[in-house]
Amino acid sequence: MKLHHSIALSIPLLSTPAIAADLSVTVTLPQLEVAAYHRPYVALWLEGADQTVIANLQVWYDLKKRDNGGAKWLSDMRQWWRKGGRDLQLPVDGITGATRGAGAHVLDFSSAKAPLDKLPAGEYQLVVEAAREAGGREVVRVPFNWSPGASQSEPVTVNGKEEIASVSLQIK
Amino acid sequence: MALNPSTLKPSILKPSALKYRKSLFCKSIVALALASLMPAAAHAHRPWLLPSSSNVDGKDPWVTIDTGISENLFDVDNTGMKLDGLVITGPDGATLQPDATFVGHQRTSIDLKLAKPGTYKISIAGESVMASYKLNGEPKRFRGTTEAFAKEVPADAQELQKSITFSRNETFVTTGEPNTTVLKPSNIGLEMIPITHPTQLFAGEKASFRFLIDGKPAAKLGLSLIPGGVRYRGVLNEIRLVTHDKGEASLIWPAAGMYWMTAAWPERTPGMEGQGPGQGPGEGKGQAQPARRLAYSATLEVLPQ
Repeated sequence: MKLHHSIALSIPLLSTPAIAADLSVTVTLPQLEVAAYHRPYVALWLEGADQTVIANLQVWYDLKKRDNGGAKWLSDMRQWWRKGGRDLQLPVDGITGATRGAGAHVLDFSSAKAPLDKLPAGEYQLVVEAAREAGGREVVRVPFNWSPGASQSEPVTVNGKEEIASVSLQIK
Repeated sequence: MALNPSTLKPSILKPSALKYRKSLFCKSIVALALASLMPAAAHAHRPWLLPSSSNVDGKDPWVTIDTGISENLFDVDNTGMKLDGLVITGPDGATLQPDATFVGHQRTSIDLKLAKPGTYKISIAGESVMASYKLNGEPKRFRGTTEAFAKEVPADAQELQKSITFSRNETFVTTGEPNTTVLKPSNIGLEMIPITHPTQLFAGEKASFRFLIDGKPAAKLGLSLIPGGVRYRGVLNEIRLVTHDKGEASLIWPAAGMYWMTAAWPERTPGMEGQGPGQGPGEGKGQAQPARRLAYSATLEVLPQ
């Protein structure tokens, strides 16, 4: 770890994104051969090593339904729901978005912006939960170490079983 | 789903659901529940009959069949099925009446005394109409029974597009020695004719079925099997099969449990499509509705070795 080196460099160059340790996440949703396919609801959030919630990163749900009707199935993301999703007033700018189809979805979270800008160094988990109407539900956790402004990491990939193909995380 | 509440006529609603019509939210639930009587229309609500057991023995054998149209398979989370189309066939081919029924808010149940040894078929089948039309230039929609359609949609409706779905939902129960009288085809609509006896299914063993459409083999028909317990398992574990030229399909049961078998004709947009950034299957606008749709579901119990 070139910790000292990186910190020294990052002080005069705080505004340069190339140096900042951003969180790059790739959520891959699988192609499913099923009789009834609806795109999944997906939530991404950060947890401490003790599984307490630190921040919501993304919530994908059906925003198009009339009278916020799509909110009805948010509770199907059962872990997210019990860990604070229930109390969240949706939509939330920068967090909520429309559902996405099968394929790899690359998401970059800047260390200059909330919640990473104030995230202390330590051990964390990225949690991704997917729940599909008339389908299953799955949670994938990717542990990572966070040191603000510090080194890059190799991508870590955790595979899911059915509703989530894989989740990759890289600090870069 | 843009559904004009005024087309939700009482005749197509369960009485117990009527008192909830006041709330917009519940209206949409009722609408969804009705839509689910037409599984071919790609709605998530699933109609099912769940027997307390597929094999009942003892001196005084009874079975209880719960029914639901639910968001999650076999979960009591929405509404029960209407019993208008209930037909119980006994081991000798005679039609039987249930000994008791219970119509709850979220579930409908049937109690049946299995007075004679052999295999019983419990079936809920019926036709439903889905239509869109214009009346004096105003767009209207209709979902309901064939009778209600005849009553409520005027003969002079313009731009009428009508689709009739015949759906059949069933399950099988045996007391004593299984027999095959109830397995004979009716030659109406889409039906599954078990080749392996439907109450003699075991994990690790092969089972075969034949699908018929109006009595003719339904070749290249896609069908789906989902084991109950999704809530605790997380993953769906759906098994997809396609019938051969003779309308037959077979599988080796991976595990014991209650399985929900479904098939629909014509088939929806294949599952692989619509998973991209576009519309989901069946959600596309402007797709012409076929005039006739057929839907089938059965609950089959697979026992452990």
